[in-house]
Amino acid sequence: MAGEIWSIGELRDGELKRPSLEALTKARALADATGRKAALVLVGQDLEATGKEAAAYGADLLYLVEHGELAAYRTEPHAKALGDLASERKPEAVLLPATSQGKDLAPRLAARLRTGLATDCTDVETDASGTLTFTRPIYAGKALEKVRIPDARPQMATLRPKVFPVGSPDASRQPEVVRVTPEVAAGAVGTTVRETVQTSAGRIELTEADFIVSGGRGLKDAENFALLEELADTLGAAVGASRAAVDSGWRDHQDQVGQTGKTVTPSLYIACGISGAIQHLAGMSSAKCIVAINKDPEAPIFKVADYGIVGDLFEVVPALKSALLEAKS
Amino acid sequence: MNIVVCVKHVPDTEAAIKPLPDGSGVATEGLNYVLNPYDEFAVEEAVKIKEAGGDTQVTVITVGPDGATKSLRTAIAMGADEAVHLNDPVFLETDAQGTAVILAAAIQTLPFDLILCGKQAVDDDCAQVGPALAELLGIPSVSVVTQLELEGDGKKATVHRELEGATEVLECTLPAVLTTQKGLNEPRYPALPMIMKAKRKEIRTLDASALGLSPDAFAPRTETVEVSSPPPRQGGRILEGDVAEVVREAVRLLKEEAKLL
Amino acid sequence: MRSVPRERSITPPATNSPEGRQAVDFAFTEEHEILRETIRDFAKNEMAPVAAELDAEAKFPRDIVMKLGELGFMGMMIPSAYGGSELDAVAYVIALEEISKVCASTGVTVSVQNSLVCQPLFDHGSEEQKKKYLAPLASGKLLGAFSLTEPEAGSDVANVQSTAVLEGDHYVVNGNKIFVTTGGDADVILLFVSTDREKKSKGMSALILEKGTLGFSLGKKENKMGMRASSTYELILEGARIPKENLLGQEGDGMKIALKALDGGRIGIAAQALGIAQACLEESIEYSKQRRQFGKAICEFQAIQWMLADMATEIEAARLLIFKAAEMKDRGKRYTKEAAMAKLYASETAMRAAIKAVQIHGGYGYMKDYPVERHFRDAKLTEIYEGTSEIQRLVIAAILLR
Repeated sequence: MAGEIWSIGELRDGELKRPSLEALTKARALADATGRKAALVLVGQDLEATGKEAAAYGADLLYLVEHGELAAYRTEPHAKALGDLASERKPEAVLLPATSQGKDLAPRLAARLRTGLATDCTDVETDASGTLTFTRPIYAGKALEKVRIPDARPQMATLRPKVFPVGSPDASRQPEVVRVTPEVAAGAVGTTVRETVQTSAGRIELTEADFIVSGGRGLKDAENFALLEELADTLGAAVGASRAAVDSGWRDHQDQVGQTGKTVTPSLYIACGISGAIQHLAGMSSAKCIVAINKDPEAPIFKVADYGIVGDLFEVVPALKSALLEAKS
Repeated sequence: MNIVVCVKHVPDTEAAIKPLPDGSGVATEGLNYVLNPYDEFAVEEAVKIKEAGGDTQVTVITVGPDGATKSLRTAIAMGADEAVHLNDPVFLETDAQGTAVILAAAIQTLPFDLILCGKQAVDDDCAQVGPALAELLGIPSVSVVTQLELEGDGKKATVHRELEGATEVLECTLPAVLTTQKGLNEPRYPALPMIMKAKRKEIRTLDASALGLSPDAFAPRTETVEVSSPPPRQGGRILEGDVAEVVREAVRLLKEEAKLL
Repeated sequence: MRSVPRERSITPPATNSPEGRQAVDFAFTEEHEILRETIRDFAKNEMAPVAAELDAEAKFPRDIVMKLGELGFMGMMIPSAYGGSELDAVAYVIALEEISKVCASTGVTVSVQNSLVCQPLFDHGSEEQKKKYLAPLASGKLLGAFSLTEPEAGSDVANVQSTAVLEGDHYVVNGNKIFVTTGGDADVILLFVSTDREKKSKGMSALILEKGTLGFSLGKKENKMGMRASSTYELILEGARIPKENLLGQEGDGMKIALKALDGGRIGIAAQALGIAQACLEESIEYSKQRRQFGKAICEFQAIQWMLADMATEIEAARLLIFKAAEMKDRGKRYTKEAAMAKLYASETAMRAAIKAVQIHGGYGYMKDYPVERHFRDAKLTEIYEGTSEIQRLVIAAILLR
């Protein structure tokens, strides 16, 4: 019986977020190409309803790994529960979204299963037998590598969010539900979550945002970011910052886009007063459309921008906001 | 308290990276190698804990080629006490999971209460070694740590971890592996007298046989089949002139050409 | 019409590219490389963002200089027993080049403290003087200055008119010193005065002057063409009372002490000029790749290529001269001729490179938005201070004709 292609779903506030659906869609595609079954694996508690709804995106099997101690994500017990299940069911491949949870869980799970893991992949191809080729960026995206896991099984990968498409759900899909109740010794776990503090005051998070307005040294001051926030509100965008802005103390490090910050893949990235240093480009060059606003016509950012506006951002940004509001009405 | 910091010797982030003509890897000739930026946060945090008082020893360890001694000495110049260099040509052929196996074998021979490493290396961007190492040592791990506070008795730590749009506050029993993120601290510039002192420090070097590891134990499970350059991004249109006209044109293009609005 | 400053985009050359990599290797040791990266990072993070502003406002960057002091950059070649970093002259050159690339004014401030203040104190000071002055200066806790020049004594060093007369336990000093680098911010000043006018150059002595000494006041702060973040002051001595314990060496040693200090200072200034020249080259390469005229990047025009090639070749030659002088100093050899050659050639190279750099930048090179106009103004002084080019030529010729 050919091994299954698993996608591990990530639950947040009881909901399966988009990156998990991207991974499931990919698992479905790989399963179809190799004549295997695709499975959605959820770990937590009271998973049935959410699981069945998500399974519509392509799961033949729905594994529900349920236990009170697993309700909230913690690395060790989740890795153990998934590891035990994988050792028993021997899937061919295990995909996870490269979210902070996925990036935390996958290496631990791979070590536990003594298998190989390709992280932050931007493409996965398969041959007829199911040997996968993963494409992943290295050197902050300055190069791409293709990786295979020739012998170790399951082949594991985390998929970069917002790169893979989400298929259309098929509500008529009836997955085979497999319930698993693992052994979890209470108190054996080394980490306890005390609390979770929301940091991005209601605004959508950078790595999940479709539109991003970003500011750099050209903003000159923390207060001036209010201009960008207004523009962002008009677009329903997140607000990012270059390293210069973060290092100057104008924005929080959570907002930093770039090599030592976040890698973002929005549909639209508007860079205001950002020169376009290599390290910043590393974080946003895979945006579908880049708009740059900068006073310096020689700024490197214009070399990668689809639309470049040479001008004073303090004039252009408010004007752009007005023009957008006009276009909306 | 014994703190072990895992570091990596990597090309500096300003280097221009090109694949080799045959696509077998990245051209490393002429690259300037430095201490991995994310590992700087780990070293700094360990040294800060040491400076806060108590009897703390910081040991920095790396799997790397001969030149990696430079990164070890940089860490010593920042304040680490001891350095261990896991140096064997065979070590360089493995992958992230294999590196974790090698590190686990070495670290098991050391006293450790806390293990710190950067969240990822800026060359392969794998971000695997930390959690994998913890799994092999059978201890807890927390990744992408932006704040760390040790409990008085040194047996527990309160840790802030970065999630999407939120910060998780956890309690973690020690020993544990914590992977460090930017924002945890401000890594110090090594002072010149410390750089000179680091030059004289003896570095312990171990190869595979010294660790009692057979190549099978850390054989790579992944293989790189090709390295290429990403498709170049072309610059597009430059709009100049009267601000009101320019933004109107930009909005039009975003709507009709890019079809984003 | 008020011109709106343009955003200046600075992308440093990739470290493994031909322009980013130093062509001459000199088999630098690991600690040289760690040192270079440390100071390069510091310069990029702490100094570069404010360099233009410091120049525009002629502001002395005390906090940056004190931070450099904390990191051990103010007493680089002094033994650790006296608070120094115990590095060799090669390391000194590396550090000064990297600092000066970003801010030449900070470079001269650091160079003066190392070569013209700490070094003479180490070479000639008594144990008490070393403990009291050298240790805090070398470890960067105090700032130092070197005061030789007077209105009537520039190149003609022996013509110092300031007098010091021993009266009981103190020297009473009267005179005027000008063009003193860090003169206004220094805690400790090495002051060269005449204790015996008749003996002329053999009647000069060196005194250690502390800030706040009765009878010592600051005169004019100079408004300079370049090196504007280095504070340059006139010192006024009117019956200033300096304790006799503050005599450095013996009476009459002053000229010898000054010239020996200036020998070592030459290597520092040469390294500073090298940094300025290197900045000119890197920025010109970057600019010429981005600037497009007549349908191509201007770096594709032969005229520009030849200018870049000439700049790079002269810079390499200067680098070799400087490292040779440094290496001879480290080996304990006499290096006066080599240091003079290095200072002469590096400073003239920096000026030529700055002229070419502004030319390559065209109209933009004339605007304060781009750093090359600052390099142009900074470079000129390297041909003048710590021994003019004319003096360097005399020094070299004198040795050749011995």
